[in-house]
Amino acid sequence: MKAEPILKVENLTKHFGGVTAVLNVSFELRQGEFLGIIGPNGSGKTTLVNLITGFVKPDSGRVTYSGKNITGKMPYTIAGHGISRTFQMVRLFYNLPAFKNLIIPLSSPRVKKLRGGEYGERDDVAVDLLDDMGFERDSFVPYKMAGSLPHGYLKRLDLARAMALRPNLLILDELFSGMAMSEVASTLPLIEKFNAEGITVIMIEHRLRELFRVVDRIFVLNFGEKIAEGVPQEVMNSDAVKKAYLGSEVEEI
Amino acid sequence: MSTLIYGTITSIVLALYTIGFSLTYGISGLANFAHGALYILSGFVAWSFLNQAGLPFFLSAILAILISGLIGFAFYWGLLLRIRGIALSELIVTFAAGITILELLMWKGFYGIQYSLPLFLRGGVEIKGVAVDYQRLFVVGTGILLVILLWLFVHHTKIGLAFRGIAQNERTALSLGIESDWIGALSLAFGSALAAVAAMVILPMGIMESAIGYNVLIYALSVAIVGGLESTSGMIVASFIIGFGQVITAKYIGARWMIIVPLSAIILVLAIRPSGLFGKFKELEERV
Amino acid sequence: MVNLRNLKKGSRLADRDTSYRKKRLDRGIKVRADTLFAISSHREIFYLLLPRVVPVVALLVLPLLLTGYWGKVLVFACMYGLLALSWDFLASCGLFSLGQALFFGFGAYVAGILSYYLHWTPAITLPIATLVGGLLSAAFLCPVVRLRGVYFAMVTLMLPMLLMKMIETTELVGGGHGLSALAPFHNEWIARYLAVVAFLACLFGFRRLINEDYGLVLKAIRDDDRAVMSAAINIYWRKIQALFIAGAVGSFAGAFMTHHYQFVGMSAFALDYSILPIAAAALGGPGTFAGAALGSMILVPLSESLRALGGLRIALYCIILIASVIVLPEGIFHYMERKYHQFEKLVKVG
Repeated sequence: MKAEPILKVENLTKHFGGVTAVLNVSFELRQGEFLGIIGPNGSGKTTLVNLITGFVKPDSGRVTYSGKNITGKMPYTIAGHGISRTFQMVRLFYNLPAFKNLIIPLSSPRVKKLRGGEYGERDDVAVDLLDDMGFERDSFVPYKMAGSLPHGYLKRLDLARAMALRPNLLILDELFSGMAMSEVASTLPLIEKFNAEGITVIMIEHRLRELFRVVDRIFVLNFGEKIAEGVPQEVMNSDAVKKAYLGSEVEEI
Repeated sequence: MSTLIYGTITSIVLALYTIGFSLTYGISGLANFAHGALYILSGFVAWSFLNQAGLPFFLSAILAILISGLIGFAFYWGLLLRIRGIALSELIVTFAAGITILELLMWKGFYGIQYSLPLFLRGGVEIKGVAVDYQRLFVVGTGILLVILLWLFVHHTKIGLAFRGIAQNERTALSLGIESDWIGALSLAFGSALAAVAAMVILPMGIMESAIGYNVLIYALSVAIVGGLESTSGMIVASFIIGFGQVITAKYIGARWMIIVPLSAIILVLAIRPSGLFGKFKELEERV
Repeated sequence: MVNLRNLKKGSRLADRDTSYRKKRLDRGIKVRADTLFAISSHREIFYLLLPRVVPVVALLVLPLLLTGYWGKVLVFACMYGLLALSWDFLASCGLFSLGQALFFGFGAYVAGILSYYLHWTPAITLPIATLVGGLLSAAFLCPVVRLRGVYFAMVTLMLPMLLMKMIETTELVGGGHGLSALAPFHNEWIARYLAVVAFLACLFGFRRLINEDYGLVLKAIRDDDRAVMSAAINIYWRKIQALFIAGAVGSFAGAFMTHHYQFVGMSAFALDYSILPIAAAALGGPGTFAGAALGSMILVPLSESLRALGGLRIALYCIILIASVIVLPEGIFHYMERKYHQFEKLVKVG
């Protein structure tokens, strides 16, 4: 692991009208790390991801990636640098076959440059990728319309789409929400494998048990602010975090 | 000084053109591209009552306004209901309907010097050395009155606020029992009626022809967009900007260039600051 | 109340109370998806190729058969067809254009200017006008490529009007009178064939392009632009490319007509050229290109035969447009396709 952080977020702040979604959030990430971001609903996790990936422009603060300032740049520029993400509300093309969904990232300038891929190969690459993800090629699952796939498959398709871009930093926004235990059990090793291969991963999750098994460290957001950071055990034992999740009334009993 | 007076008059005229359009959009989110056509149609309807049925002008005008409202209502109920919510289809259908009306009017022979409406008031007065006829003053008065009424309605009445609620979030409004079909139809009815009101006071100052329909649409669009949709104050400010822009252009560059002002204004605003001067929502841009 | 035990098959009570419903069956050769077919006989190959081959052959033969007035109609149909195809292409990317006249006018004027001032022949002006027209179209529209559908449409509507007025007031490039006595095509037959070939090339070219990966990305931009952005694709650049392509096609039509009429004037930016393509595409069915082509092949001859009605024609296009949008949004082409591939029969219920 390199000493210089691959991702540096400094004092990121965003207000929406009267609501402060993210307030002065800062953190650093080294290459190859596996970071978890947790927090109650509405604590600003997705907004933070949107700020980093360019879908929302910050009011103040800075985001640096591999030494480059990517604050407020367009999402496709940031993705072009190698930051890929999944969406909480799965964004797929339901009227296309599953594997065709991957053609879009495979057609991007970034992948073209990395692969030098020729026309015609993309279909094969897409099907291969899906096969690796558990879409059984022999049962023709990759060829099915995305709209006809069950939810767990859709989430994995979203992951495949993000991976098709060959990212160095993968940001997963509640990938496991709505997935059955078995599906989580089969997907988590994949993500671990990607991390082992050198991809830096940020995971936003509510399913803490699974998350804590794989992450190096986590931090907690509450009302847009970072209230704790560190190894899972320490963080979950801190008072601030307990208060955030359970509410302060508990102490008064 | 004459620039000031004519500029003000032109601006209020522009505001009058726009009020109906803005109201319809504000209540139901429908951009009525047939607005200009309905404007001039009401003029011809009034003319028909006046010259073929022999009714007095005041009565003809009232009838024209009512009929405009009815046409607007029927148009919404009969056609637009089916494509409700699909903004592009609404645009296409209203625009095509507007063209149909205008071309049919042309084809039926409704052009020529005999097509004009009588003035409400004759004669004029001199203001600071500039001759202004009473009709123009009447127009200004009507304009100011309507704008004030619109402002009060939209900002201060319960119904007006309910309408704005619908415009912002239809589902919630529906769940509160507000019937959006009726409201949509009423919004177009009122918008058309207001277009007719504007027509009744403005058209007497010239000769009627279909081409006016296209121009009025352009003017209304320009004021609405420059000011920012959903903003009454924007509409007022924009009418003055475009109005004075037109008068100054006419004076120093040439009257032929006048229509270029609103056309360019639309394009420039949409290219540079799509939400307009006072637009609250950045709905026009691809939200990134 | 009917006692169900009495409803035996064949009994008169049963016959009176059975009802029928329509059942739609796909013909046997369709497999799994709309675009996959399992063919097992010559007859089936013929069945598939027929709807594709017949129109193409017909169009290639017609220029020989039609001369004079109806030959001109064929040319108009092909040129309006190009505008409709161009519109459909833009619609496939989520760009809704109310101003095909912009592209048409650009091509018309470039060809007209080159012909009038430099006396170049169509063989040279046509390619240049196509290219330059495409560039102008992309350039004029690129500032507003970020706008949402309705507002982009408004700009496309206003731009041709603005250009028309500017030409009229500045008196440049012919002003209100236009440029006349321009070079015609050398040979009437070549001109007609050029029109038909360009039309067919565009139809099949667009269909191919939209089904390739390039077109897939464009359609994806229409469906969900944020997902495409997160896949590291600059959606605005792609849209500008689409505008160039569509603009070039429209400009070709404009340039062609300039030489056909031997005249170009501000009417090249007229609303006519914007409305009829949309009406054609709506009638035929947006999104299929074949629909837009079919629509223009129906509307143009129709409007020509109603020439006597003058201004009523444009009202007619508009009525057809409204009717198509409201009553048959899928368009004639899809409807026909569906009927061709399915057949209905009455099936007893109960």
